[in-house]
Amino acid sequence: MFWEALGIALREIRRNLVRAFLTVLGVVIGVAAVVVMVNLGRGATASVTSQVESLGSNLLIVSPGRRMGPGGSSAPNFQRADARAIADRVTSAEAVAPMRNLGANVVYLQEDWSAQIVGTTPDYFAVAGWTVGQGRTFTAAESRAARPVCVLGQTLVDELFGAQDPLGAQIRLKRMSCEVIGTLVSKGQGAMGNDQDNVVVVPLTTLQRRLAGRSSDRDVSMIMISARDGVSSARVVREVADVLRERRGIQDGEDEDFSVLDTKQIADTLSSTSRILTVLLGAVAGISLLVGGIGIMNIMLVSVTERTREIGIRMSIGARPGEVMLQFLVEAVMLSAIGGLIGIVLALGSSYGLAQALGIPYTFDAQISLIAFTFSAAVGVIFGFVPARRAAGLDPIDALRHE
Amino acid sequence: MSAQAHMPLIELRGVTKTYGSGTAAFEALRGVDLDIEAGEMVAVMGASGSGKSTLMNLLGCLDTPTAGRYRFAGRPVEALSKDARALLRRHYLGFIFQGFNLLARTTALENVELPLIYRGVPRRQRRERARAALASVGLLRWQNHAPNELSGGQQQRVAVARALATDPAVLFADEPTGNLDSSTSVEIMELIQNLNRAEKITVVLVTHEPEMAGYARRTITIHDGLVASDVRSGDRPVSTEAA
Repeated sequence: MFWEALGIALREIRRNLVRAFLTVLGVVIGVAAVVVMVNLGRGATASVTSQVESLGSNLLIVSPGRRMGPGGSSAPNFQRADARAIADRVTSAEAVAPMRNLGANVVYLQEDWSAQIVGTTPDYFAVAGWTVGQGRTFTAAESRAARPVCVLGQTLVDELFGAQDPLGAQIRLKRMSCEVIGTLVSKGQGAMGNDQDNVVVVPLTTLQRRLAGRSSDRDVSMIMISARDGVSSARVVREVADVLRERRGIQDGEDEDFSVLDTKQIADTLSSTSRILTVLLGAVAGISLLVGGIGIMNIMLVSVTERTREIGIRMSIGARPGEVMLQFLVEAVMLSAIGGLIGIVLALGSSYGLAQALGIPYTFDAQISLIAFTFSAAVGVIFGFVPARRAAGLDPIDALRHE
Repeated sequence: MSAQAHMPLIELRGVTKTYGSGTAAFEALRGVDLDIEAGEMVAVMGASGSGKSTLMNLLGCLDTPTAGRYRFAGRPVEALSKDARALLRRHYLGFIFQGFNLLARTTALENVELPLIYRGVPRRQRRERARAALASVGLLRWQNHAPNELSGGQQQRVAVARALATDPAVLFADEPTGNLDSSTSVEIMELIQNLNRAEKITVVLVTHEPEMAGYARRTITIHDGLVASDVRSGDRPVSTEAA
């Protein structure tokens, strides 16, 4: 009987193809909306998380100035001694890398390219989560001796060297000539859409002595710290702040003139925000699916009235009320399931397109598609129930007389 | 036959049917006693409002009596649920209606197949039986035509084919010729009469036309909700009656 009901439902849908299409349009849009929203939301969450993670795991960034508001720039920069003090006294810190950034043109033969020059210590590569591609990074000895050596980000390798081997080449940074000793594996786009690979890493001392012009360029503009595994980053933040308060002579109760950013916390905040957004958008989309279900109920009620005589005929020749009910229920479920399928196909196409347009990684999530499909079929059962029960409750004599 | 001699196929005792309640109550049947034996062809006559349609609905298990007893092949019908009555109709009864009551936009063959679907007859066998039934009413050529492509007489013959496809114990014909012209009416009545004689199908024919009742061997007249007369006649030749 079930297969017969399936056949009858299919035929009934084929007969009123335009009406069936309009009926399921609500479900199509509802399912498509749910799947697109959730897919894009998850893609956005994944991209935020991966971008923040590309900064380095368990990473703290200490910079001068208050975290927010104007006037922060007036705070003095750090000194290399500050970084050393943190490394010595904060036991929960795994590694500490002082940094100084400069924008400069990088020249190799007739090629030149504008890039960020980062002066730092050897710990930087591990703290910031870089992987060495070719060659090596500079050593502590090279760092101490302010040797003219540098490690190139992938963008510079591509722009200056193309297919050539950059190792051993001499490039020019401002007036300084330095030897390429290594390259870094690409990290891709940063959290702010910046190119993280457009970077030349040199020893901090080299930058301070040979590149920095003004004396104010010779201090440390940022300190990156990685926390030890299993240590809560909040504890590291507190300990680092204690050391810096003391060194910068900040009294108890006075505001700090530096800030300590915890990337893990940023990642958590960003991804929980985007998760909440995903849930909200999904819920809105779910409501449209419900509205689609109401559309199906409406048409099924009309259909039961239109087909009252047919129901009477079926009953008179021996259809049981349960079988009539099954027939209409199957029809409603089939309508909504077809709508769900169309919606999913539509959603896969449009979420791929939207992901491309928004620059978010496209994540196909079979689970949400399955959930949305199941939900659409459930909508058919729920909203098909009332019309089906009405059909089953008809009196065969009255139904036969119906014009 | 001797063992079942005292158990008629259909047995009504003191059957009443009341519509509505209180002062608005209307008694359509007021105590009907009736026996119909297997193999009979019975005409139920009466003016409109006499209660003959109500009686037909009760006999066809489409409705239940308000009071009284209805035994179908010895089984009490008045106590059966909607479901059980549907099953009884499915397996033992066939219907022909005045308005044909074929499914629109559905081919003649599919219409005839319909009761077999509910009986759970497998697809291939169903096709065969439906074709055979259509052939027996001379409409095999029209099997793929929808009712709106058929004449009234052809539609009623499809309805007859649908009823006999299941080989029912009783065929109920409710004014089967009411929407047909006189020559087509004769065709249909002869078809039904032949089913009764050749296939031994019990026929209950509801009509208000005496010529049509003439095809039956027994005529029951209903008046004001009671059996007014119950006349058995011999096998009268059809042609003279129909003239």
